[in-house]
Amino acid sequence: MKISAFHLMPHRELPADFERRYPSVWVTPPWGELADARRVGQYYNWTLDELLHAARMGFDGVCTNEHHQNAYGFMPSPNLMGSVLAKQTNGLDVAIVQMGMTLPTTSPPVRVAEEYGMIDCISGGRLVAGLPLGSPMDVNLAYGITPMEHRERYREAFDLVLKAWQAKEIFAWNGKYFQLGQVNLWPRPVQDPHPPVWVPGSGSISTFDFATEHNVCYCFLSYAGARAASTMMDGYWDVVDKKGLERNPYRAGFLQLVAVSETDAQAEADYAKHVEYFYHKCLHVPPQWFAPPGNQDYRSLLAANRNPVRRAEDPKTLRYKDFVNKGYVIAGSPTTVRERLVEEVIKRLHVGNLMLLIQIGSMPHELTLKNTELIAREVLPGLREIWDDKGWENHWWPKSLRGARQTVGAAR
Amino acid sequence: MTPPSPSTPSKGSTLSPQGRGQGEGRKDEGKAAEGTRTLTVWHDRVPIRVHASGAGPALVYFHGPWGLTWGPFLDALARQFTVYAPEHPGTSPDAPEAIQHVDHLWDLVLCYDELLEQLAVRDAMVVGHSFGAMVACEVAAQAPRRVKRLVLIDPIGLWRDDAPVINWMLLSPQEMPGYVFQQPESAAAKALFSMPADPEEGALARTRLTWAMGATGKFIWPIPDKGLKKRIHRVDAPTLLVWGEADRLVPRAYAKDFADRLTDTRLEVVAGAGHAPQLEQPEATARVVQAFLKI
Repeated sequence: MKISAFHLMPHRELPADFERRYPSVWVTPPWGELADARRVGQYYNWTLDELLHAARMGFDGVCTNEHHQNAYGFMPSPNLMGSVLAKQTNGLDVAIVQMGMTLPTTSPPVRVAEEYGMIDCISGGRLVAGLPLGSPMDVNLAYGITPMEHRERYREAFDLVLKAWQAKEIFAWNGKYFQLGQVNLWPRPVQDPHPPVWVPGSGSISTFDFATEHNVCYCFLSYAGARAASTMMDGYWDVVDKKGLERNPYRAGFLQLVAVSETDAQAEADYAKHVEYFYHKCLHVPPQWFAPPGNQDYRSLLAANRNPVRRAEDPKTLRYKDFVNKGYVIAGSPTTVRERLVEEVIKRLHVGNLMLLIQIGSMPHELTLKNTELIAREVLPGLREIWDDKGWENHWWPKSLRGARQTVGAAR
Repeated sequence: MTPPSPSTPSKGSTLSPQGRGQGEGRKDEGKAAEGTRTLTVWHDRVPIRVHASGAGPALVYFHGPWGLTWGPFLDALARQFTVYAPEHPGTSPDAPEAIQHVDHLWDLVLCYDELLEQLAVRDAMVVGHSFGAMVACEVAAQAPRRVKRLVLIDPIGLWRDDAPVINWMLLSPQEMPGYVFQQPESAAAKALFSMPADPEEGALARTRLTWAMGATGKFIWPIPDKGLKKRIHRVDAPTLLVWGEADRLVPRAYAKDFADRLTDTRLEVVAGAGHAPQLEQPEATARVVQAFLKI
């Protein structure tokens, strides 16, 4: 197993009536009413410290991602964070997992290849290159990309980035969305031919096809937990089977919210309000913004309209106990969390690259450190060797770190 | 050919394309216009379904973002004109992917140039609603002599920071009728936005409505100001601006922006209507349009 710590960098102090007072956490929340730059500076520093703490405590990787105009998670440039993490973790066997820089909004997309090249150079070849499509709120609403062009633009940008990393000669790129007369990337990444590529998705069939055709790690980033994800992940493995690819668990990544305390009861006391804050406030977005007209292709749109049952329940109607019972969040004592992660997530979904959201919603700094330490000391040791006896190679992890295993609980 | 059905073609009416391919419309245009046919433009890649009805001088109608509705408004116009109502690429039920071959507004304008050539429409009345009014303006700017008189119903195409056009693609299905119609409970609103109870028909109708917004939205996202302001001076046809008195999507302030840029305009405001007066008040809207088109 490779287990990474994931951080969204959310606003941790939204008002109690936020979701009633404001129409959305994304795109439209008014900065002047809700945020203070000095306090937000504190959030960024906490975020970096929390991820660095996870790295020093023995996590295999640290993950950042890109979102815009929101209080849910506002790292508009994940690479600013990733470069700090790369520098500060030199000497540790920790992957810098950028989940990552959004392709369709980066113009020209060789910028992604360049910045990832920089992080790979700074880290000595420890980068995992996430190449996300980006959410409609980020790409269509905040950054103005036409919904019907979102995916096509992504595919062109993806091809351009991969070619820019690998081409030995200067080349011209005469694309539909991007034209560059002479692509000649400086710097090139340390990892040869290129860093491992992860593609995050939300369960659409076209992304399964894309991920398998390009032989990348498909990462399902879900907040509804492993049970809700099982049908989709089964669908992914079906596609893997049909294409005649090996069922290597490292071909899949999964993000899980985790909250650990001394006992199940203490976990509820510690985390209930932060979990509810996350689901009630941080995910407060008008549902139609997840799919503006044209964003889904016609086939997927028709399929979605034919099976409206796939629509998830409204998390605003749920409380902490529901989130835990349904597996949205795996919370409790180390034993409870370890057992559920093994059975419900790792084995059920057949996942080798696990990401754990270590900071949830309003969770304060000290509590985040506690959660991170308990996961590292008490949970990780029971998970790390799960796939070892099968002999799978994690082709989607930096080569120099594949065999490495950090000492757990080294920090403090 | 069968006459156009009064139902909404974009919602899976019984209309079916009758023949397709280049040349279909070339031989007998003007004579046997009645019915529905599909003409193919853009080097055989873009089928455009055209509904035609009536007799008399040619009138081209460009529909708005929710697909083509053939109703009492177009019926009224068809009593005096041969009405040609093309469906924007991608909005015809049998050819959703046609939109993938039309990359830019310039492509779309040239597709319509080819279509009108095929239909032998050389000097016509041109009427458009909302997005379709923007298309009508662009078509008139590209080939001014093709357009005898122009009618723009609640048009988009220009931008004012002090009166932004609402992006209807971001509204929820529940909000949408209240933004498009003054009376969201009216029969006209229900005809456009209520979905069939049958699950399969409902899924198809929902898909087409969303896809129609996506296919038209391709040319206007995220702000419907794509350079018309630089081209509109080329339009030389007398122009009627029609505004629903309670348009919540496109403020009436834009009437002045269009009037300032066009040579010969007048404005008619239709009472009891929102963004789609031709659907909400078809008779009143038809009256002002017919009065203007009377030569």
